[in-house]
Amino acid sequence: MTTATSFTEQSKPEIAVCLEQVVCSFTTSGKTVRAVDQVDLEIAAGEFFSLLGPSGSGKTTCLRLIGGFERPASGVIKLFGADASRLPPFQRELNTVFQDYALFPHMSVLENVGYALMVRGVPKLERIKRATEMLESVKLAGFAARRPAQLSGGQRQRVALARALVNRPRILLLDEPLGALDLKLREEMQIELKALQRELGITFIYVTHDQGEALSMSDRVAVFNHGKIEQMDAPKVLYDAPRTEFVAKFVGSANVIPGVLIGRSGLFALRPENIRVLEGYHNGLSGELLDIHFLGAQTRLEIRVGNERIATLQSGVSHLERGAAVTLEWSEQHLRQLEVSA
Amino acid sequence: MIRRASGVLHGRPWLGLLLLLIPPLLWMGIIYMGSLVNLLLYSFYALDDFTGQIKFEPTLATLQQLFTSSSNVDIVQRTFVMSLVVTIACALLAFPIAYFMAFHTKGNSKAFWILLVLLPLWSSYLVRVYAWKLLLAKEGIISWFFDTLGIRFVLDWILTLPIIGGFSLSSSYLGMFLVFVYVWLPYMILPIQASLERVPKSLLQASSDLGAKPNQTFWKVLLPLTVPGIAAGSIFTFSLTLGDYIIPGVIGAPGFFIGQMVYTQQGTAGNIPLAAAFSLVPIVIIGLYLALAKRWGAFDAL
Repeated sequence: MTTATSFTEQSKPEIAVCLEQVVCSFTTSGKTVRAVDQVDLEIAAGEFFSLLGPSGSGKTTCLRLIGGFERPASGVIKLFGADASRLPPFQRELNTVFQDYALFPHMSVLENVGYALMVRGVPKLERIKRATEMLESVKLAGFAARRPAQLSGGQRQRVALARALVNRPRILLLDEPLGALDLKLREEMQIELKALQRELGITFIYVTHDQGEALSMSDRVAVFNHGKIEQMDAPKVLYDAPRTEFVAKFVGSANVIPGVLIGRSGLFALRPENIRVLEGYHNGLSGELLDIHFLGAQTRLEIRVGNERIATLQSGVSHLERGAAVTLEWSEQHLRQLEVSA
Repeated sequence: MIRRASGVLHGRPWLGLLLLLIPPLLWMGIIYMGSLVNLLLYSFYALDDFTGQIKFEPTLATLQQLFTSSSNVDIVQRTFVMSLVVTIACALLAFPIAYFMAFHTKGNSKAFWILLVLLPLWSSYLVRVYAWKLLLAKEGIISWFFDTLGIRFVLDWILTLPIIGGFSLSSSYLGMFLVFVYVWLPYMILPIQASLERVPKSLLQASSDLGAKPNQTFWKVLLPLTVPGIAAGSIFTFSLTLGDYIIPGVIGAPGFFIGQMVYTQQGTAGNIPLAAAFSLVPIVIIGLYLALAKRWGAFDAL
């Protein structure tokens, strides 16, 4: 597995989180399922690391293992080099932003944010001061006295963030923190989160099923499928050089082309935007134009070649019409051979 | 006909709602609340000393009697203290059981535990109270148990204690307390269990994540969020003990309780105004308790 990326090569930073052969299984109605299956993972201090995958792929369980909410059946979890596999959450020096925010409904916003300080016995005045500062930094200064129920979804999200950061953790776990927000707010928060991470220099471990979110924010991404990591790389590498069919399809929905179609053996990935569509029959892969979707800046064409459906993206408007005969062209460098996964 | 009726109802949702609400409103409004108000009105009348008949003239004499006669004050005090102690004991016993049911059982095992809690309610309350009289009797199984273990002197020592002691457990306030706790415990367990079930697990995880030790999570997060359940349960146990007249009649020391007083006054003594005055006491106490609970924020998390 190529874990050496530009990020880890520059300086050899401390390893914040390390998972060695971690297994976590659940038993439901007699059947045992391995939610996390022999996962190896190293996350450097200060890294923005995303766990990406569809629901049920093990990414959230992996995060919960790091947070201490689940116990591994076997394997070792290390935080800053020390074995933390058996430590309860309150003994781990990390904090979590929960998917449902998990704000305490019976406390004010200020009490919520000051909670981590209160349980550590920080004097009241200092607690209020630090919690207030934290609230200011997430732009919720005027909301200190409110109850969580009186806030909007986006505001609750910020309170959850402030609450998790108030004790200055070295690692912040985020479990689909933007999942409940609408698109516009989500995009704003993505930018803010990334800026915040850069400013604080904290390790962010971010769970999401949104590949766009993972690609745009992360230093590195681990793609989960069936409890295993399919590929772990920087976003650009992940996009340009997917190693398996699953990664190719899940990240940026590449076309997966069987080799027979182009006179080779194996499976190949080809990004829709790397395909040129020529009108009529020429030398190369030909087919019939099935559908045209105008997307604004781009146009998506669906082409049938043999029994395969191949999608292409081209900028601007297409003058082609449905049912037209077309030929596909691409440069060799964009064609990626995939490992045949089990 | 039906079509016309549905046409009338369509677009007037309040009409349908009203039709549905009329039977329960009649029941609650007239038969239940009406008779209750009527009963309470009687506490503002008094018995004529000569004829023994009720004089239908508004007076505070009966209510005054409640607070001036020292035997009546004793009865109110005795009942109040017993209700309070029973409620506290029920809450302390019920919480761990409810906690176990809410967090450590699921599916069939949860159903099994709920069944266990409810099972005693399937047999008659009277039968259970009389059964306890035998259990607590001087020759009963509890005495036998102390004898067998060779610690008879412990039981004897307990029975020599002032107030709670007596000739035997079945004729002491301690015995009465045990029976009260036994019969009302399910009414405390179930509301607490329901309120524990409603606490999202993620809140407890968040508390731990933020550095709270388990006991801090309990006092700062879990308990405040289950206070509404404890309040609901305590209203049951408190008001049921305040109004009960069977257990004090069967078990315990001879002093009267409010329920017995109501029973005797409206029956043999024929003094309905005084019975009404006594039945006002639990209502006022529960009302005050609810007001206080709300003031302390017991229902804020609802």
